[in-house]
Amino acid sequence: MTPRKMSLKQKYGAYTRGLDWKPTYQREDDIFPFAKYEGIKIHDWDAWEDPFKLTMDAYWKFQAEKERKLYAVIDSMAQNNGQLGITDARYLNAVKLFIQGVTPLEYQAHRHFAHLARHLPGAGLRVAAQMQSIDELRHCQTQIHTISHYNKYFDGIHDFTHMHDRLWYLSVPKSFFDDATSAGPFEFLTSISFAFEYVLTNLLFVPFMSGAAYNGDMATVTFGFSAQSDESRHMTLGLEAVRFLLEQDEANVPIVQGWIDKWFWRGYRLLSLVGMMMDYMLPKKVMSWGEAWETYYEQAGGALFADLARYGIREPKYADVAKAEKGHMTHQAWGIFYNYTHAAAMHTWDIDEAHMAWLREKYPDTFAQHYEPRYRKWREQAEEGKRFYNNGLPQLCQVCQIPMAFTEVGDPNTISFRVSEHGGDRFHTCSDGCKDIFDHEPEKYAQAWLPVHQIFQGACGGATLPEVLDWYHIHQGADNMDYAGSPEEEQWNRWMEGRRPVVPVAAE
Amino acid sequence: MATASLHPGYTGPVRDRVENFNGAQLVYVHWEEHLNFCSAITLPLPPQTPFAALTGEILPSLYAVDPEWADVDLSKARWMLDGADWTPDPARSLADQGVGHKSLIRFWTGPSATA
Repeated sequence: MTPRKMSLKQKYGAYTRGLDWKPTYQREDDIFPFAKYEGIKIHDWDAWEDPFKLTMDAYWKFQAEKERKLYAVIDSMAQNNGQLGITDARYLNAVKLFIQGVTPLEYQAHRHFAHLARHLPGAGLRVAAQMQSIDELRHCQTQIHTISHYNKYFDGIHDFTHMHDRLWYLSVPKSFFDDATSAGPFEFLTSISFAFEYVLTNLLFVPFMSGAAYNGDMATVTFGFSAQSDESRHMTLGLEAVRFLLEQDEANVPIVQGWIDKWFWRGYRLLSLVGMMMDYMLPKKVMSWGEAWETYYEQAGGALFADLARYGIREPKYADVAKAEKGHMTHQAWGIFYNYTHAAAMHTWDIDEAHMAWLREKYPDTFAQHYEPRYRKWREQAEEGKRFYNNGLPQLCQVCQIPMAFTEVGDPNTISFRVSEHGGDRFHTCSDGCKDIFDHEPEKYAQAWLPVHQIFQGACGGATLPEVLDWYHIHQGADNMDYAGSPEEEQWNRWMEGRRPVVPVAAE
Repeated sequence: MATASLHPGYTGPVRDRVENFNGAQLVYVHWEEHLNFCSAITLPLPPQTPFAALTGEILPSLYAVDPEWADVDLSKARWMLDGADWTPDPARSLADQGVGHKSLIRFWTGPSATA
């Protein structure tokens, strides 16, 4: 008799149901120590329905297929000088920001989903977390493999994991993820799977991947495609997880709402790096940050929260602030990087006339009035040989760790300063959103490793900037400073000169 | 509210306590309406630093990269310390006139100093 073939649903059932047993000589709370302290109540773990019902054999098959395609493209990039196909060397700074800032988060996600795959009491959700853990590891690896091609030719990519742990602007994504992984399992699911991967993911992946496609970066496009089907699975997991929490017990609703408020704001602040990349670092622009926010948050997010209203969930607190700031946020973020390019492992540059015209068109209410004059003044200084660099170190927000450059809503000339007192100390935050997060859990955020403060404590290699940059592993004069005059600019111009068609000269 | 934690009553180390700064305390300064300097600036200063040293040496070392700084008359500036109006005495130290660890000093120059 041939063995009867199981349907997908049966196979999935066999993987995820009836696996657990009632422990007899250990207490359940000792086996799953993280399951209850956040206050989330789950009555029926079997009510978890995985929308994808992915089994391990199917998973390996899909992923292997995608890997084959990806590595074919990577080989082709290497053999055909793929780095010459990008629009301009300035574009590569977006890739630097990605590998320094985002790729290490993929690895962190891998680790923490593995933790959930051990510590969630429900087998169905554990299996989903396990698959996602493997996905995240694969994303980390494929990004490193793909971008390693650019590392042969461009600066600032060579030591991205070391930099991720130390550099002032990379403490922004690092501390974001540290915050999530040091929270309980349900907050982690709400933060990463829901708020980040569901609500805000399109604002991360679409701009990077379309930006790559528009700018001839086949490498990034390919790992983007390779990750896309996983990402849609992760998004669905995030939404289903939040629905599951909300349906299990009414008492979960206010807890989840608090996490949605917090992680919306944290995610939004983190995306200021992405918004800056979109508006400033892509030689060929895809869409502006303002347009992306309208499409992917205001419209899509609006529909999502209208749908979740039946559980008693409302739109995240301070979504109105994000909306009001959308004409300012990216310009202020670029200002930070322009100020501190001497301490960054990437370049910034003068905004040329065509770029200014684009910014005026995309930001008619804000750009010409508030930001264009600043850039023109910086250009004048650069033309006099005095390129503007900030000699001081910035004040950082205790929560998001971004230099406190964001302004009051409705008053773009005045920085938004917020302060809290805790245990006899002052803690400064950049916004009502970050202040709320601090005030809710001050013991957590009072521990923040703020790069600027660490430098002044003498914990970062020395008291002078060159010593700190050495400690960062920044190759000074190559990784940092303005693009104008950089080794990368010189190399790019040489390459392009070499590719100029030769005009035949008539024989004498 | 306390941190939601596996161990009730959990507290962690506060990394930026004043004793960690080798005798200095952190002071943030911000030149208002000059956002070419993207944010306030963090300074590690001994509490006994005279206010005159801040205005005479430290602020110029930070802000003179802006050509407008040459026209600034700090004796006419308007000051704010930790959210309140402030009339600093140049002869006295920062600590003597209420500047503590992680205090924020904001100042306005030019026409907005009198606004």
